[in-house]
Amino acid sequence: MKYKSVFDIIGPVMIGPSSSHTAGAARIGRVARNLFGREPKWATISFYGSFAKTYKGHGTDVAIVGGLLDFDTFDERIKESLTIARQKKIRIKFIEEEAVTDHPNTAKIMMGDEKGEMELAGISIGGGKIEIIELNGFVLRLSGHHPAILVVHNDRFGTIANVSNVLAKHQVNIGQMDVSRKEMGKMALMTIEVDQNIEESVLEEISALPNIVQVTRIVE
Amino acid sequence: MFRNVAELVELAESKNQKISQIMIEQEMEVTGKTGEEILRQMEVNLDVMEQAVERGLKGVKSHSGLTGGDAVLLQEYIKKGNFLSGELLLDAVSKAVATNEVNAAMGTICATPTAGSAGVVPGTLFAVQRKLNPTREQKIEFLFTSGAFGFVIANNASISGAAGGCQAEVGSAAGMASAAIVEMAGGTPAQSAEAMAITLKNMLGLVCDPVAGLVEVPCVKRNAMGAANAMVAADMALAGITSRIPCDEVIGAMFKIGQSMPSALRETAQGGLAATPTGRELEAKIFGLPLMKK
Repeated sequence: MKYKSVFDIIGPVMIGPSSSHTAGAARIGRVARNLFGREPKWATISFYGSFAKTYKGHGTDVAIVGGLLDFDTFDERIKESLTIARQKKIRIKFIEEEAVTDHPNTAKIMMGDEKGEMELAGISIGGGKIEIIELNGFVLRLSGHHPAILVVHNDRFGTIANVSNVLAKHQVNIGQMDVSRKEMGKMALMTIEVDQNIEESVLEEISALPNIVQVTRIVE
Repeated sequence: MFRNVAELVELAESKNQKISQIMIEQEMEVTGKTGEEILRQMEVNLDVMEQAVERGLKGVKSHSGLTGGDAVLLQEYIKKGNFLSGELLLDAVSKAVATNEVNAAMGTICATPTAGSAGVVPGTLFAVQRKLNPTREQKIEFLFTSGAFGFVIANNASISGAAGGCQAEVGSAAGMASAAIVEMAGGTPAQSAEAMAITLKNMLGLVCDPVAGLVEVPCVKRNAMGAANAMVAADMALAGITSRIPCDEVIGAMFKIGQSMPSALRETAQGGLAATPTGRELEAKIFGLPLMKK
């Protein structure tokens, strides 16, 4: 079941005009911002399918940048996000892609600053609901509607067990979990959706485990 | 947990509860929140819907200038008293239009199930309330009943114009609204399902072809007719009329029709009304040049 809550259907409260192309885009931008952990200095946003054809009409561009600025779907500042980004000297570039993707509403965001870069792809599946389908080349499935922890790790036995043991110790319940790797024995990514926001100390404990490369989180 | 309309109706009938109650209980199970919290959350949505209608009835204009002001025209027309269809029907249409005019003007709305189709559910709710005099609780219940049917469509078909065309957006919204009107008017859960089936059957095949890619033309008027469709189908179901094709099969048909719809007719602004000479002309006028070269 893709939709679990009645508020996926009646909601979100949002700035018009399109739940998929405006609210969904804002959410993709905001999850990207959340995962990056800070305001980026630049972002290159590629639109595919229906996004590429109609983004100007739907305000997809202002919405996704609004999300990168950490604005929620109902934040009136979304309308001015391009101006606000310019004032903050964030360099924004849009690309209309011709390539055909699995989902018609797909956006890819490359973003970064002097400290690092991140690449993320998201789809807007309708009614404002989204899924993040790719992060730094890893395939994943993340709704952005629940708190989550993303753990980049070396693909070694026992690593997943170690991480889940830490969560168990802190009485954190796992709602959904996904593991993805680019190549056997190389880098892998664990995506763990949980029921409550995770405290910093838990993240530090996970970071200290063997074979863990990087830990980030999404707060609700 | 219900997965389709048949299960939803069965649950409501066996427990002797309203569909809204089944939806609230499922939400409590899924989220772990209390019934009180869930009702309050929905009340916020109701508030936003009320404010949007109010704003639209004062008259708004979209940035492109393509839409706005029609809700006002219709209200003035109703006041003159010479209408042919029906006062409640036209009031629903006007309020659906009001909501979508606000949406097109980048105002604040509540997606039901999407922004492009956000007018139908509140439009019908705020019209039928004049006849049925619901309590505030009952208005909130109206949204849960709409939500229950939308939930089934979203999980078994689609509520995205890009994936399934306008039938998935305004079609879904109209089906959801008709089911909720039936419940508010005292109909049975089975009659709600019949109303949704009748409504959705008449929305099948509706394409998503927004002029210039804007959620304005024909979206605003499609919300108008979605509301009208919902009102008439609700009356038909309350009269005891049933759909020969069961509701879940209508939803299944909608899903398959959406899948076989060419991408030009799924929110890409490449076909249908968007590709008419006037549609292209408006597009060129708004953006300075045609967006679609082909």
